[in-house]
Amino acid sequence: MSWITNFLTSSIGRKLIMSLTGLFLIQFLLIHLIGNLQLLVDDGGEKFNLYAQFMTTNPVIKAASILLYAGILLHIIQGLLIWKQNSGSRNTRYAVSKNPNVDFSSKNMAWLGTIIMVFLILHLWQFWFKMKFGTVPPIDYNEGTGPVKDLYTLVAAAFKNPLYVIAYVIGMIVIALHLKHGFQSSFQTLGLNHKKYTPFIKGLGLIYSILVPLGFAIIPIYFYFFR
Amino acid sequence: MKLTLKIWKQKNNSSAGKFETYSVEADEHMSFLEMLDVLNQSLLEQKKEPVVFEHDCREGICGSCSMVINGQPHGPNKGTTACQLHMRYFKDGQTITIEPWRAKAFPIVKDLVVDRSAFDRIIQAGGYISVNTGQAQDGNAIPIEKGLASEAMDAATCIGCGACVAACPNASAMLFTSAKVSHLGLMPQGEIEHTKRVQSMVTQMDSEGFGNCSNVGVCEAECPKGISIENIARMNRQYIGSVFGSQTKVEKA
Repeated sequence: MSWITNFLTSSIGRKLIMSLTGLFLIQFLLIHLIGNLQLLVDDGGEKFNLYAQFMTTNPVIKAASILLYAGILLHIIQGLLIWKQNSGSRNTRYAVSKNPNVDFSSKNMAWLGTIIMVFLILHLWQFWFKMKFGTVPPIDYNEGTGPVKDLYTLVAAAFKNPLYVIAYVIGMIVIALHLKHGFQSSFQTLGLNHKKYTPFIKGLGLIYSILVPLGFAIIPIYFYFFR
Repeated sequence: MKLTLKIWKQKNNSSAGKFETYSVEADEHMSFLEMLDVLNQSLLEQKKEPVVFEHDCREGICGSCSMVINGQPHGPNKGTTACQLHMRYFKDGQTITIEPWRAKAFPIVKDLVVDRSAFDRIIQAGGYISVNTGQAQDGNAIPIEKGLASEAMDAATCIGCGACVAACPNASAMLFTSAKVSHLGLMPQGEIEHTKRVQSMVTQMDSEGFGNCSNVGVCEAECPKGISIENIARMNRQYIGSVFGSQTKVEKA
């Protein structure tokens, strides 16, 4: 193996991959949220549908989405590999392990990640797959774009299903917990630990991990009760 | 004070171990190890096998007294080794569970004693500076900034006890390795071989079968010397920096 593969398979190299893909996915969440918030606009879904049309046809976005799929896959595969390696590092478990210094999120990143993966599959099946490969009835807003896929009606229908709303909200709580550790941890992995800036990064991470999942969760709750 | 002890007993690394329950009459002024001495004395008098545990200096600087007490390496007190832990922190009638360090890289020798030579091999891989023999030069000949000297000194207080590995959910040795990398690399004498050092020590650490760091931070909380995880961040950036910013090629773990 060459030095680069030796590096990428070293413990720090593996963590670097987790950190970089994680940060990439963190910024994606915010962009995704900003798009989703258009669902709350009371215009029968026009803004949202035109936005969805733009996001699925614009060549730059299409290229970026390939990067996103790769990022998600790399984050999952690398995470599973690290999980496997880590669980092999201790043969006998402690009989007593009520250590007050272990943070719930930090200790359970792999489990939280697994739940997010299950949620992601459900989520992609529900919207992304139908949008890309299914038949979504078109709607024309006479905005010069021609008829666009009516994703809004699909979303609104899903958010009327109480089971899906519950699954979505649980998914967001799990993402919040995953981000709570992941956000600040990715900086530590990159070696960015600083007496002046780390408290700021940790604070920002905490705010981000609460606000972004909360923003996502508000939408299905709003649709279920008020639309 | 009367205590019930549940202690891990294991003949050697290839045999299965189990907990044995003992009761001991201890004094609150005793250290944790003195309490175990009292137990062993009474076991010897009863012609029973004593509990094997490692100890040396008993003043908190050798790092020998490795044991997990009620789920925490070196017990419940912050910044304290087991030998410096006093029985007044326990309640009369309490049950205390004592286990060895649990890590694949630290095989059990007997009972509470584990083989920590994986740490020695990490040190051998690069935890030194090469100095040609000759007269020792004047201590003040090389100027060192005070803040840097303090940071190196803080990292150098690591006693290599292995509590970080024992506490880590992944049994990772990153805190130990990064403390050693930092205390040498921060000094002008150690900086010279720094690139090679950080790579060889990380490679050795990986090949010993320790887990990966998840930035949980429990190592820092449990370290009897309060070694900061800032050292881990420093090692991360120096390792990544050495991979891409130097001519030294990373070797296979």
